[in-house]
Amino acid sequence: MTDVALSIKGLSKEYTRGKPVLRDISLDFGARGFTAVIGPSGTGKSTLIRCINRLVEPTAGAILFQGQDLVKLSGRALREARSGIGMVFQEYNLVERLTVMENLLTGRLGYVSPLKAWFRKFPQSDIDEAFDLLNVVGLAGFANQRADSLSGGQRQRVGIARAVMQHPKLVLADEPTSSLDPKTSVEIMTLIHDLGTAKNIPIIVNMHDVELAKRFADRIVGMSGGVVVYDGAPAGLTDVHLKTIYGGEDWLRA
Amino acid sequence: MNANAAAVRVAFPSNWWARAGWLLLVVYIVYACSLLDFTWARFMIGLDNGARFIGRMFPPNFARWETLLKGLTESIEIAVLASTLGILVSLPIGLLAARNLMPVWVTWPCRLLIALCRSFHPVIVAIVFVKALGFGALSGIAALTVASIGFIGKLFAEAIEEISLKQVEAVRATGAPFMNVITYGVLPQVFGRFIGFATYQLDSNLRNSTMVGIVGAGGIGGALFAAFQRFDYDFVCAMLLSIIFLIFAGELLATRVRAVFLERGKVDEE
Repeated sequence: MTDVALSIKGLSKEYTRGKPVLRDISLDFGARGFTAVIGPSGTGKSTLIRCINRLVEPTAGAILFQGQDLVKLSGRALREARSGIGMVFQEYNLVERLTVMENLLTGRLGYVSPLKAWFRKFPQSDIDEAFDLLNVVGLAGFANQRADSLSGGQRQRVGIARAVMQHPKLVLADEPTSSLDPKTSVEIMTLIHDLGTAKNIPIIVNMHDVELAKRFADRIVGMSGGVVVYDGAPAGLTDVHLKTIYGGEDWLRA
Repeated sequence: MNANAAAVRVAFPSNWWARAGWLLLVVYIVYACSLLDFTWARFMIGLDNGARFIGRMFPPNFARWETLLKGLTESIEIAVLASTLGILVSLPIGLLAARNLMPVWVTWPCRLLIALCRSFHPVIVAIVFVKALGFGALSGIAALTVASIGFIGKLFAEAIEEISLKQVEAVRATGAPFMNVITYGVLPQVFGRFIGFATYQLDSNLRNSTMVGIVGAGGIGGALFAAFQRFDYDFVCAMLLSIIFLIFAGELLATRVRAVFLERGKVDEE
């Protein structure tokens, strides 16, 4: 990995003192590529991702992205950094009572002044881009539907489009397919994967479906108990590793 | 179940505290009735008086319709102005009082202000304003504005405290500045309920604006009270009928407003 886009150094997080969720995590991410972070529930995958865009405050460590330490940022600088990082959520987190178009344009809120945002005065280029994106994610004609009228798969497509609207330099996805059926899950993963390839940006996805991770990821990071226990190619991930990550072995026997 | 089982198993343990509470309530009601001479005989004597009063109310007398109309329009003005002012002020106060968005040192004074606005009945507040600002509609407007701030501020803050923070988190993650997070992440979630509170408050202010006049704070209440004291019961009847008409019209308007604002998404409110 010669060109490092995102570098996490010694990251720790304690929600309650003395009970670390993340212990001294150090990871480097290249300028492109699909990284899957796998591990059991409650092992800090979500916390790790949320520390990167500071939805969660890290307790210690540094996160270097585009020449600055995200951990040290605050106020306007933090918001500007965030606007360059797209995020896709497990439960889609769309604003339910806004339309699909309004949800997409939410991705531009980091670039539009409060007064213009209040009156829904977005630049025409943003609006054109949003309509084009709706075509790309297969939701043409849905622009004026309210988000709460969509199915799970459709909502996640809107969620992805919202992240793309930010023109991100990095996309984080927190269990984006955990609430979806297997077929839709594959479709959504394909969409996220293709997005990374098309925009040439790094993608970091939390997931607990190992097979899905192996299918899409260029690199797999296995976490257990707040530390990284595997970091490498999907092909190198063996049952021994899975046993370390998830514990036990009965579940591995088919 | 075997009758010889060691112990009878009880699904619901008896709650002696609750039983004692109910008993206490019954005892207090009997005591209060005896204390206040709240008896059937007393009621029957009163009924006779009431029948004569109602007899003198009919037919209603609309001869002084100019006084009536003047009072009525003033009441409407008081209600509309107080509602508008109250809603405008209560929006930021309610937002600042929401404990899930604001730090304690901001919510605490706002919640105190809201509690203060809610502690007194509008008529008592109107008396205070009449003393402070003098007779007339200004005092009525001030009094009902205070009431509106208390009511809408409290309900608005509570509505905000119940929103889904996941939607807010997603908007924050886009790098949106605080005001944009509010307009896109918070307000859409509470807008429907806010329209409900606002129309209800307008309705309530219409009713209260016919009453603050009794203490000299403008509106039809003043004329109503004067007519009562002069035993002009037929004119009283005319005014009461007009107020009923006004309230119905207000109710109709509120329903229309709700329909216009909320039909867009067929809101599934409460």
